[in-house]
Amino acid sequence: MQIFDVFLLEAVLNGLLLGGLLALLSLGLNLVFGVIDVIWICYAELIMVGMYAIYYLYVVFGWPLLLAMAAGVLLVAVAGVALHQFVIRPVLAAEPINQLLVTGGVLFFLQAAATLAFGIEFKNIGVTFPPIVVSEISFSMPRLIAFGVALAGMLAVYLFLTRTYMGTAIRAISQDRAIMPLMGVNPDRIFIITSALGGALAGLASCLLVLQYDIHPAIGLSFGPITFLICVLGGLGNMVGGFVAAFIFAQFISVGGFFLAVEWGYVIAFLFFIAVMFWRPQGIWGGQVK
Amino acid sequence: MNSPVAASGGSAMLQLESVSAGYDGFQALFNVSLEVRSGESVAVIGPNGAGKTTLLRTISKLIGVTSGDILMEGGSLRNVPAHEVIARGIAQVPEGRRLFARLTVEENLKMGAFLPAARPRHDERLKFVYSLFPRLQERHLQIAGTLSGGEQQMCAIGRALMSGPKLLLLDEPSAGLAPVIVQSIFDLVKRICAEGYTVLIVEQNIRQVLKVVDRAYLLETGRIKSSGPSAELLASDEIRRAYLGI
Repeated sequence: MQIFDVFLLEAVLNGLLLGGLLALLSLGLNLVFGVIDVIWICYAELIMVGMYAIYYLYVVFGWPLLLAMAAGVLLVAVAGVALHQFVIRPVLAAEPINQLLVTGGVLFFLQAAATLAFGIEFKNIGVTFPPIVVSEISFSMPRLIAFGVALAGMLAVYLFLTRTYMGTAIRAISQDRAIMPLMGVNPDRIFIITSALGGALAGLASCLLVLQYDIHPAIGLSFGPITFLICVLGGLGNMVGGFVAAFIFAQFISVGGFFLAVEWGYVIAFLFFIAVMFWRPQGIWGGQVK
Repeated sequence: MNSPVAASGGSAMLQLESVSAGYDGFQALFNVSLEVRSGESVAVIGPNGAGKTTLLRTISKLIGVTSGDILMEGGSLRNVPAHEVIARGIAQVPEGRRLFARLTVEENLKMGAFLPAARPRHDERLKFVYSLFPRLQERHLQIAGTLSGGEQQMCAIGRALMSGPKLLLLDEPSAGLAPVIVQSIFDLVKRICAEGYTVLIVEQNIRQVLKVVDRAYLLETGRIKSSGPSAELLASDEIRRAYLGI
């Protein structure tokens, strides 16, 4: 019985760590949707681009790891701006379904381009950490790092959005786009800054994921759908809702996987998602504050 | 704060030279010419649908000018995009107040000081706005959407003042407010004028606005029908018969 409890505790704690990472993933998607009203279906493929960038800079070109990661964040931020300027801007006034299709097209384009450029074999940056054991409970170091960095990243975004003029404008524009010029705000500029920030968050996620997972062209499929589901669960565009939903979802995965098998954790989490959608199609905190 | 020149006899601040404007395919303003001098308070009055809101939106460049020109302190606004108009010293309180409903009162006011040139003076102007509207200071952390109509109007006016404008455009400040509140809003407008701001106000509430402003223009179906000092218009048969029901 004693042992059982320790393992359950370990599952809960690992769920907490996973929740932090998922919360970071959902933040970028939610931010972009809340401000620009377009869903980046290809969000996880931007993360993949960042992971490849870090791999090549670090393993192939021999850059220091942290420098390679910083370059990865910068690259994905630029990719976010490019995505907005060249793909989303032309369809800003179009039907939502067209906007979805366009970013969905980018998803397949990036996947195919990665397959052609990098091949389908799995790549790993080969950085390993010893597990940390605290009184019978073992933690993986990359997960702990991911949790800490994700929380710090989210705190930074929170402070930016609440303390600065630009951040306040980003929250304001999601409430009333049409009068922003009366405040002296150029909406186009806000969209570009938001896209850069959304891209930078995807880039930060790629730094954390590259420590834990192999890189391959379809890696986006491991995170894209789950990130999207978490955003919907919390209410699309609601950053606080997405934050809470990520931790709930992670507990279903981790504790559910503990009681059954690891794969069953995802099944249970998705069942929970479907149940919530019947109960509140707008998400648990949807249709309220952004 | 700004210390604009006292009323009457100031130089021309805003000039509209036979301005025509409209929404795609629909012309709403026809050769409108008007002038607001420094330190003056001027009203544009007229019935619903006369083009009053369109006029203010055109001055703020939210709507394009199809012909004619708008001059602010002698400089044309022809090639100035909407988000740069406020940097020329024109702030607008839009129709229906349009506060950011989920931001706090203080965050709404902060947005009014978004211009880089206005940011260093944020604290000083915030103090000034709070001295004008102590009510806003009491509620500075309240979510703007939960304010009463009158308080929202104060917040909207305060937000516009945060940029330190030379010219304040007010779009129907009394619209949608309870009759008791309407009087206090006009008192408020009077105080803004007394502070020395140059004000261009658009109103349907003709009797009350004419008691507050120096001069007024009558706008009907997108054209200026007449103009003159407020007292003169209040006494004119045309206005009395058509709008004041006397």
